[in-house]
Amino acid sequence: MTARNRELGGVLVAGVIAGTALASVTIARESEISASAVSYGAVFLALYLAAHIVVRRTAPYADGALLPLTAVLTAFGLALNYRLDPDDGGRQALWVLIGLGVFAAALVALRHDYRVLESYRYLFGIAAVFLLLLPSVPGLGERVNGVRLWIDIGPLRFQPGELAKICLILFLAGYLREKREVLAQGRVKDFGPLLAIWGAAMLVIVQTNDLGSALLNFGIFLAMLYVATGKALFVAAGLALFVGGAALLYNAIDRVHERVTIWLEPWTDERVFCALNGKLELRQNCASYQLVKSLYSIGNGGFGGTGLGEGTFTSTDGTQLIPALGTDFIYSAIAQELGLIGAAALLLCYMVFVARGMRIALRAQDGFSKLLAAGLTFGFALQTFVIVGGVLRLVPLTGITLPFVSYGGTSIVANFLLLAGLLLVSNKANSPP
Amino acid sequence: MNGQIVRLTYVSLALVGVLVVMTTYWQTWAAAGLADRQDNAIKRVADFSVDRGLVFSWKPRKRLARNTERKVERKSLFFRRYPYGSLAAHVVGYSTVERSRTGLERSLNDYLTASNASLSTLVDKALDEFRGKPVEGNDVVTTLDLDAQEVALAELGAQCGAVVALDPRTGKVRVMASSPSFDPNLVENNFAQISRIEADCQPAAPLLNRASAGLYVPGSTFKVITAAAALESRKFKPESSFVDPGYCTVYGKRVNNFDTSSPFGTVDLETALTYSVNSVFCNIGKTLGAKRILDTAKRFGFYERPPLETPTDERAPSGLYQRRQLYYPKQDPDVDAGRMAFGQERMLVTPLQMAMVAGAIGVGGELMEPQAVDKIVGPGGLILLRQRPALIRQSVSKKTADAVATMMRLAVERGTGTAAQLSGYSVGGKTGTGETGVPGANTTWFIAFAGRDEERPAELAIAVVLQNQSGTGGATAAPIARAVMQAILS
Repeated sequence: MTARNRELGGVLVAGVIAGTALASVTIARESEISASAVSYGAVFLALYLAAHIVVRRTAPYADGALLPLTAVLTAFGLALNYRLDPDDGGRQALWVLIGLGVFAAALVALRHDYRVLESYRYLFGIAAVFLLLLPSVPGLGERVNGVRLWIDIGPLRFQPGELAKICLILFLAGYLREKREVLAQGRVKDFGPLLAIWGAAMLVIVQTNDLGSALLNFGIFLAMLYVATGKALFVAAGLALFVGGAALLYNAIDRVHERVTIWLEPWTDERVFCALNGKLELRQNCASYQLVKSLYSIGNGGFGGTGLGEGTFTSTDGTQLIPALGTDFIYSAIAQELGLIGAAALLLCYMVFVARGMRIALRAQDGFSKLLAAGLTFGFALQTFVIVGGVLRLVPLTGITLPFVSYGGTSIVANFLLLAGLLLVSNKANSPP
Repeated sequence: MNGQIVRLTYVSLALVGVLVVMTTYWQTWAAAGLADRQDNAIKRVADFSVDRGLVFSWKPRKRLARNTERKVERKSLFFRRYPYGSLAAHVVGYSTVERSRTGLERSLNDYLTASNASLSTLVDKALDEFRGKPVEGNDVVTTLDLDAQEVALAELGAQCGAVVALDPRTGKVRVMASSPSFDPNLVENNFAQISRIEADCQPAAPLLNRASAGLYVPGSTFKVITAAAALESRKFKPESSFVDPGYCTVYGKRVNNFDTSSPFGTVDLETALTYSVNSVFCNIGKTLGAKRILDTAKRFGFYERPPLETPTDERAPSGLYQRRQLYYPKQDPDVDAGRMAFGQERMLVTPLQMAMVAGAIGVGGELMEPQAVDKIVGPGGLILLRQRPALIRQSVSKKTADAVATMMRLAVERGTGTAAQLSGYSVGGKTGTGETGVPGANTTWFIAFAGRDEERPAELAIAVVLQNQSGTGGATAAPIARAVMQAILS
């Protein structure tokens, strides 16, 4: 069986999963199967079949597992967002449509040779810095939860950090391919780029107050630097610099300080000062209440979960118990409604995605392609780790999205671009000479 | 570069793999701990979709807590109603969305919501969930005598205090009343009304279960323990005689009897307990030393939380307290044993503990585990838990217990506790007046047991405590004890 036929089979299975999940959410909501639920499933399947046909035409030798995995992940996201808020679910569906459109466009545009991107590497580098700093431009940036990650253009809210990540990976793939031999010598002056990018990451923390995106982008940089040079020393030095820098900023920036305090000590036995209402409160009722509620949500799921549509997210009078449920805390919603089984299944999808992505990097022929695939895949894994780890109190909680699952347009589009990149590299590597 | 990519693959997979581990941790290991947290709004609200088990009194069998069903966004939610209002508020407690839970509603939440893991209920629960039917909880039958409970609260009236009555043969708690009480129906939506409740003490603290969590100076009721310790030590006999000068000197200071005007002269231990002579117990205390008396107190359950089914933090251990902490002296001279022997010197006790003491004396020294729950019944009538009487330990020898019982009977027959006499029953009791030095602010006590006759073990034990009193325990608390005992025994 060829990769494309495997992909077709996978997409069909994903369609069935999506249809079942949406139907089950509708049943819980309306107590009956409505025609709309079935048609949602059919539309979902049709969209991915269309994407499959585009892949068949433009990248026939590409890996066959990634598109079905993406379909399953977006199905998770759509079902959960629809369950939490039908309006958000509808918008999310629109974003998946746009994302698939961008995906198809990228495949068509770069079907002959994506490696032309390498020649625009510095443009991508500049774009990455520009996009990262965009939210801190006065008048444009929007503070959500005290973190500047969003910009508003008209009615659209846009999270440029997601696209910055892709641009950064493209820049690094090109730059490191060019400089890897020089850097691998490990002379003192070769630490220059490391220091420059470290400085940029710290600047991002200062500007946006967000530890998460800085950690993500700096982590991607270190990983790609390691792949390019094979020098573990760079990684060690980079990590030390990051931790040291973050520790300094921890004391200097209240927002960062607060996030870390919440992470280390979400529950207090004594009342501490609460910045939200200016009174003394237990921390679990004030600063850390999001994180704590998220853990309660996860704990309430137990092994088998409450079932889709049966979880508890609102109080008896309808007030929301966990804020930002569709974006930051979508994983706690999944863990409650689908339980350990469902959450583990979701994480398994991410693991297989990562394993396939790294396999593409291994099989790629040239340095740029290898670095690109490894960078994209590692970025995908690290982003999943940072957001889910934050929700699980493994690392400080930050406001980045769960790839393909969280509600949010920019994130969906950026991750479809990431998928297109991996498929293009894979297609090239597997093409007969 | 492939070597690096392979290593990076391991790192990436480990990053996601560790998330699986952490999710497992929160959903299995830590899940019970998270569910138990008081601020867990998710679990609290989720529990409202369960058709919560009812709570019954023992006699007459009435519903102390029932449910009203309300549809919220197509989901059935079950809200609690308490038909008897403030009558059993402290034992049953409340279950609300806003203020969490107290009492049995909190400690038995797993049973009431059927989230206790027994194979049969697990299957039923899974079936209910599968059919989309609300899960049915298990019913709790308490041991409370509702009529006597009503008498106790009425007798307490606007006074601050508590009454605990239990069957000393089985440990079953018949009355647990704390005054002022509150209406648990008001907790959810009208809490301000509860915080406005006033009584003869400041703060009124209506939510506090004074019966098991209120700590009071035991006053002369502690002499029961001192007398038991004295007899157990074999240094004293009931007929050991003492000369009462009307006071006792400890650390060079005079400790007076309650009434210093007429010293008793030469008295024996039996008479000393009957008339509550401080100087005698003061001297016994000095002879025995603090630790020996405290060890006897421990045999009666002091220094541990009485094992009732209510939440842990609604039960306080009795004993010496120092800076709000339970304190056990390292050596005898750390504590003024003379004053402790008649219930002063930082000794603080709960009414529940003193009812246990009176009960153990009444049944020949057997200290039974107090129980407020009789049984727990599943939706199909299956009995999931039947509380069997459990012996904590033999507190003191039968001989000692019977001797102290005789002294207590004399106290009711002709001593300080005559107000508690009950026709047809043999009552033994001990009064107590914990002086605070402020007029009208005494803590008064009466503890007692009652049986058909002196030969048979007592059927009932009781402890009554009142705050801010100007009279003595015999005049204020003993009549209440009598009324409640009559209500239970009739």
